[in-house]
This record gives sequence, C-alpha cells and structure tokens, in this order.
Amino acid sequence: MARPRPAGYVAEPGSSKANKTGSWRTEKPVFLHDTCTDCRICVLVCPDGIIFGADSIYDADFDFCKGCGICAAECPVDDIEMAPEVR
Amino acid sequence: MSDTKTKKKRKEKPPIEEPLLAPGHRACSGCGESLGAKLVMDAAGPNTYATCCTGCLEVFSTPYPESAWKMPWIHSLFENSSAVAAGIEAALIAQGRDKDVNIIAMGGDGGTADIGIGCLSGMLERGHNILYVCFDNEAYMNTGVQRSGLTPFDARTSTSPPGKRSWGNKTTKKNLPGIAGAHGIPYVATATVGYPNDLINKVKKALKIQGPKYMQVHVPCPLGWIHPTDQTIEIAKLAVLTGLIPIYEMEYGEVTRVRKIGKNRRPVEDYLKPQGRFRHLFAKGAEAEEELEKIRQIAEDNIKKFGLA
Ligand SMILES: Cc1ncc(C[n+]2csc(CCOP(=O)(O)OP(=O)(O)O)c2C)c(N)n1
Ligand code: SF4
Ligand code: SF4
Ligand SMILES: [Mg+2]
Repeated sequence: MARPRPAGYVAEPGSSKANKTGSWRTEKPVFLHDTCTDCRICVLVCPDGIIFGADSIYDADFDFCKGCGICAAECPVDDIEMAPEVR
Repeated sequence: MSDTKTKKKRKEKPPIEEPLLAPGHRACSGCGESLGAKLVMDAAGPNTYATCCTGCLEVFSTPYPESAWKMPWIHSLFENSSAVAAGIEAALIAQGRDKDVNIIAMGGDGGTADIGIGCLSGMLERGHNILYVCFDNEAYMNTGVQRSGLTPFDARTSTSPPGKRSWGNKTTKKNLPGIAGAHGIPYVATATVGYPNDLINKVKKALKIQGPKYMQVHVPCPLGWIHPTDQTIEIAKLAVLTGLIPIYEMEYGEVTRVRKIGKNRRPVEDYLKPQGRFRHLFAKGAEAEEELEKIRQIAEDNIKKFGLA
C-alpha cells in the first residue's frame, strides 16, 4: 500500500531567497564608510537581515534590500544615507 | 584581518551570518514583526522547533512553494500554534529527543489574545516546556487592520473608524502578560523591537527556564499604524518612553524587573502624532483634549503600577 502523503506542504529551508525583494526598492541606503565605529547596529536592526561585511566596511545585499531606511535612521554616527534608487 | 586602519586594537567580531529567517520573504518594507521574528529566532538558534499562527508572519514567510525558515517550522491554524507546539513537545519526549532543543510557539496579537487564548491558556496550564512569543502589532494586520484585544485606546482600525460619533477603538489593551502570569508560570516578559538587545537577552533567558514561558513583543506595523518605514524602531522606543508600553519581567505571577523611564519620559503626543492611526486626535478643530487626557492617564497608570518613574 502506498504511504500516506502529508496533508500539508513541505518547503525547502530558506527557499524564499528565490524571491528577490530588491525590486521593491524606491530608495537605497548608501554606506559612506567614513565615520563607522563598527557597532553593527545596522546589522542588528535590518528587518531582512541583509547587511554584511566586517571591520567598519558594511553594505546591503541589494538583491533583497527593500529600502526601508531603518539602517540609516538608526546609525548613531550618520554613516548611512538614503538616496533615490535609479534603475 | 589586521587592524592597520585603526591604532586601537578592537575585539575581533564574529562573521555576520544570514538570519534563520532568510531574506526574500514578503513582509512589508520596514515591518517590525519581521524584525522581531528575526531577532527571536537568531537568539534561539538553529536547534529550535517553531510553530506559527495564521497571520502576517506566517503568510509573508511561507508563500507557496517557498519558506523563509531555516529550522523546523509548522503552521496549522489561526488559533492553535500553542497546541501544536504542545504536541511537538510530547512527540520529542516520546522519542527521547527533547534534550537541548527549544520549542517556540508564535502568533500575532489576534492569534494570541483573541482566537488563540484558549489554546495558549491550556499550554500554560499543562506546564509544557515551551516559549510562546506574541508579536503585538496591535491589530489583525494580515486581513486589513481589524481591531483586536490588544489594539490601543482611540486607535483607528478598519473596524474602529473614528468619525462624528467615535474617537476610534473604545477599549484599552487587554492585560495579556498579566493573564499569562496569573497561570503561575515561571517567566513572563514584555519586550520591543525598539530595544533589540533587551529582546534578545530575554529570549535567551526564557529558553534556559524549564516550563511554560510567555513573551509579548511590541512590533510597529508601518502599514497599519501608518508611519514612514524608517521610523519603526523610533516609534517602538517612544511607545516605551511615553509609558504606554511598559517593559517588564514576571516570575510566578510577580513583577520582578522593569525598564525604568525616569528622566527620559516623553509626552504621549510624541508617540501618537507620527502615526496616521491617531491622526484624528490632532486634526484641525478636533477638540480631542479630553481624549488625550485619557491617554495621558493610561501612561500615568502604567508608570505608577510598574514603578517606571
Ligand atoms: C479561524 C480563522 N478565522 C479567520 C482567519 C482569517 N485571518 C487570517 S490572518 C488573520 C489576522 C491575523 O492577525 P494577528 O494574529 O494579529 O496577526 P498579524 O497579521 O497582525 O501579524 C485573520 C483574521 C483565519 N485564517 N482562520
Ligand atoms: S534599507 Fe532596510 S532593508 Fe535595506 S539594508 Fe537598510 S534596513 Fe535593510
Ligand atoms: S502589514 Fe504590518 S505586520 Fe504585516 S507584513 Fe506589513 S508591516 Fe508587517
Ligand atoms: Mg496583529
């Protein structure tokens, strides 16, 4: 007898990455790499968890960045600026 | 990497890892609930089983055929994430696999305070070793901003519209942390994405405690609260600094720790004004002074009750 199939759906872990939310963006964060103190607050507060880097050189993964501006608003030393997205 | 740029030797920081809630999910830009879920799950780590009520968190993280979650995660119904989590615990115990794993049940304020309150109460009563996390964005956001038991006083929602005969939502927030605490459970905490490190510490602390735990995390929703997407953290902080959202911990029903506001206290208007859901209180000729006084009183009562001054 065939094994009963689960009634729901089983998805691949993290498969949402197929969907590039970067296309939603109307503004983009510009990481100035000037006054950064390496506090990583931007990394902590980005809702999409897409700020990467090391040693005061951080940048967003623009495949996914939605341009919300939280990183720029929360950077304590104003080292991130929002600029209009031009495509 | 060597510290050639800076003279002072810095503590080496670990490489940044992609969150357990992977990107690509469909949460609105600036969504406080997605930030809250990211912080909770990364604090818990990959050895975690999670269940989720129906709501924005479920819908935006698992659009068919994808999932943003990188640990075992299951959605069943709107109201039963706590009951499903209890079943997972029972299964893990039966298989002898319940050591060194976390079980986290999640839900929105509607799924938790209203429709799921029965399942939640059962989970707390039966003593399961589960952390329940309610992401409180103060309305049923996923279906179009209907009021819930956790919608604040005078807020505009689609089912509490202000107008000639109403100032918005007529009720105050249900005291759900108090209800959870009244079950005599070992740990209850409120937290907010406004203070992410406090939230992370509370999740880690909760997961070390055996038995049922309840956390309520305040998460602004730019769509439902009508505020700019970059103001999510700022507005969450103002909710705390005005006294409208008290941040505290309870053990066995007693308040044991609070986040003091002290000299940083801000007038309630600073929190209300930037949000479209309270705009009617500040409209030209609104004559809302009496309403604002009631909201000031809510803050005052919180500050007195929890000793936040
Ligand atoms: C039994 C049942 N009733 C109603 C719904 C429709 N529904 C789906 S999500 C939702 C709102 C969820 O609100 P909340 O729990 O606050 O989560 P949020 O979307 O705000 O994060 C509703 C009413 C449902 N899925 N199941
Ligand atoms: S703009 Fe928003 S999504 Fe983009 S990197 Fe900054 S916080 Fe993340
Ligand atoms: S409606 Fe609100 S809670 Fe839902 S995804 Fe958008 S911002 Fe998040
Ligand atoms: Mg909600």
